[in-house]
Amino acid sequence: MFPKGTKRKFSDSGEEAAPSPAAARTLSSSYSLQRQSLLDMSLIKLQLCHMLVEPNLCRSVLIANTVRQIQEEMTQDGTWQIMTQALAAAQCPADRLVATEVLCRQTQAGQSPKPFSVSGLEEGYHSEEVVMDGDAEAEVAMSSLSPVSPQLSSASYLAGPFGMGPCCEECASEGEDAERHHLRADSRTGEQVFGTFEIKHPAPPPDPALEELFSDVDPSYYDLDTVLTGMQSTPKMGPYDLLESLSSHGPTALSSSATCRSDLNELDHIMEIIVGS
Amino acid sequence: MGEDAESPKINHTFLRDYVTEADVISTVEFNQTGDLLATGDKGGRVVIFQRETESKGVSEEAGEVGDSGEYNVYSTFQSHEPDFDYLKSLEIEEKINKIRWLPQQNAAHFLLSTNDKTVKLWKVSERDKRPEGYNLKDEEGRIKDVSTITSLRVPVLKPTDLMVEVRPRRVFANGHTYHINSISVNSDGETYLSADDLRINMWHLDITDRSFNIVDIKPANMEDLTEVITAAEFHPHHCHLFVYSSSKGTLRLCDMRASALCDRHTKLFEEPEDPGSRSFFSEIISSVSDVKFSHSGRYLLTRDYLTAKVWDLNMDKGPVETYQVHEYLRSKLCSLYENDCIFDKFECVWNSSDSVIMTGAYNSFFRMFDRETGRGVTLEAWRENSKPRAVLRTRRVYTGGKRRRGDVGVDSLDFTKKILHMAWHPEENIIAIAATNNLYIFQDRVNPDAQTQ
Repeated sequence: MFPKGTKRKFSDSGEEAAPSPAAARTLSSSYSLQRQSLLDMSLIKLQLCHMLVEPNLCRSVLIANTVRQIQEEMTQDGTWQIMTQALAAAQCPADRLVATEVLCRQTQAGQSPKPFSVSGLEEGYHSEEVVMDGDAEAEVAMSSLSPVSPQLSSASYLAGPFGMGPCCEECASEGEDAERHHLRADSRTGEQVFGTFEIKHPAPPPDPALEELFSDVDPSYYDLDTVLTGMQSTPKMGPYDLLESLSSHGPTALSSSATCRSDLNELDHIMEIIVGS
Repeated sequence: MGEDAESPKINHTFLRDYVTEADVISTVEFNQTGDLLATGDKGGRVVIFQRETESKGVSEEAGEVGDSGEYNVYSTFQSHEPDFDYLKSLEIEEKINKIRWLPQQNAAHFLLSTNDKTVKLWKVSERDKRPEGYNLKDEEGRIKDVSTITSLRVPVLKPTDLMVEVRPRRVFANGHTYHINSISVNSDGETYLSADDLRINMWHLDITDRSFNIVDIKPANMEDLTEVITAAEFHPHHCHLFVYSSSKGTLRLCDMRASALCDRHTKLFEEPEDPGSRSFFSEIISSVSDVKFSHSGRYLLTRDYLTAKVWDLNMDKGPVETYQVHEYLRSKLCSLYENDCIFDKFECVWNSSDSVIMTGAYNSFFRMFDRETGRGVTLEAWRENSKPRAVLRTRRVYTGGKRRRGDVGVDSLDFTKKILHMAWHPEENIIAIAATNNLYIFQDRVNPDAQTQ
């Protein structure tokens, strides 16, 4: 948790001159670290809404507005440019979060700052131990349903937050628990905070299996437009697509939630569709 | 209150603390007379409580107030079932978001209950008599042999045990793409509104296959979406006026006489932002979670994350009163953002004379503010610390200065125990507080009737 007095720094640091150059550097770097961690937290929140129920639109909109606000400020600061360049040069991280790997692969150097660009997402996800233990496989299956296509455009990273694929609320809370633990432990010093977000693992070479997995996904599906409407306005995945996914990936693809009840209900409903038609 | 000495008991706390998700109460509402109290839960069930009236002839002790009846369960029914949206492949929760009673017109009671997508009208009626002495049927209902009938008689109504029947009378489905957050019955007694994140519809109580869209804030391009509707309510007396609140902290008063689609507000209520306290969380904590007209219809009560505000309908520049509910959380906003508590939606209520407002907080605390004095009090809805009929003692969160016995530190607050839903009796000083899966009903024995201002 941020120490007292930080709040003032939040709003003031960009505007008034610090007493000494060294102090100024310290002040603003701690502020930008806090801002960065807030950005990362927000991005994780938006991404990790893997729920069977439609996510709360109000919450998603508020988080998205927060991200926009940070991004605007960082663009004014010039730090956005620096960050995107740094990420472009960096290797890809996280041996665990498969969705992140897919996204990372598409990073291009010198991307101009756009709202919610891919590189922003990457920064938010690298190496955070957000994934639940022992659920790596479910994670793969999960992201295969609500993944990002290889042709990810810079505006479309928000795949997921506004109600796209099946999601796991428990995973989200678990993930956030781990994250909170992480952040709380590391918030002592700026360096530790920064260390949390350091890239730890190099990217694996592009996985042909994953490529194949995503080959039939419609890239236009991941427009921000669709993302914000969930699947509502342009339902690219109708019930029959769902059936196909089911057959290829198994029931775990639909729900990484631990509750059997939802799985059974899911299958029941699918059976009803099949039988009904 | 709760000052028992430690008694050697088997600790069953872990059993008590286990709460079935489905039992969590999600809405509480008194009817217009206050005799009935309805609660809805996450499992889609509605439980109606009825106030017991004291039987006539019972002598009252000096000083004791009459008609201080208790609320007992009157009826329970399953209002909504879990559903599935095949198009989006998403579940629709059966959780009851809101219940609103209709004004009573005959012996039966009607209420509207809604989940995320569907509003239902339920009829609650009593049956305490049944006809006996049919000519063509015997007592078990079997058809009699006509040849055995020798005389005719008129069936008479005989009293039986009281039966409460609840039947669905209307189902208002397919009106909302987004999640319904509010319903409000109009003072005309014929229509009601239902509001979701982006749209508000007006329905006629008798017509289920059509509704009028009166507000639509969905942008043409969803990428431009930055604001959603958080609550809406009809004016208590003027059937053409309603208000809706947004996630940006604004209130919009709309007049349906102005145009069919009330996208342009008649009045916009917004408090100018304090530039000194701006942070990344400013917008989130300004989001209005609940809006309620006063009984007089002159004021609006809103709740945002840290405060409760009273607005005068005649003044749109800012609230006339602001009450700090838990200002000590301002320095914790980042943690609360992290654990999602910052998105909790607290309700707020007026008392019957509009002199007191009440809202919930964390740690099973709820707050009441006296509008005349401006003073607030913190009370607790927690079984461990109260026995039935015990006097509630006020609580305090320690924020500095002299620490008193019983003060709770900010870091000891339990953020999982939130008081989100509550109701105030329309005429008397009786309040109903929902605390997770428990319902607390508190009565003011000292001043049972509302004080007139």
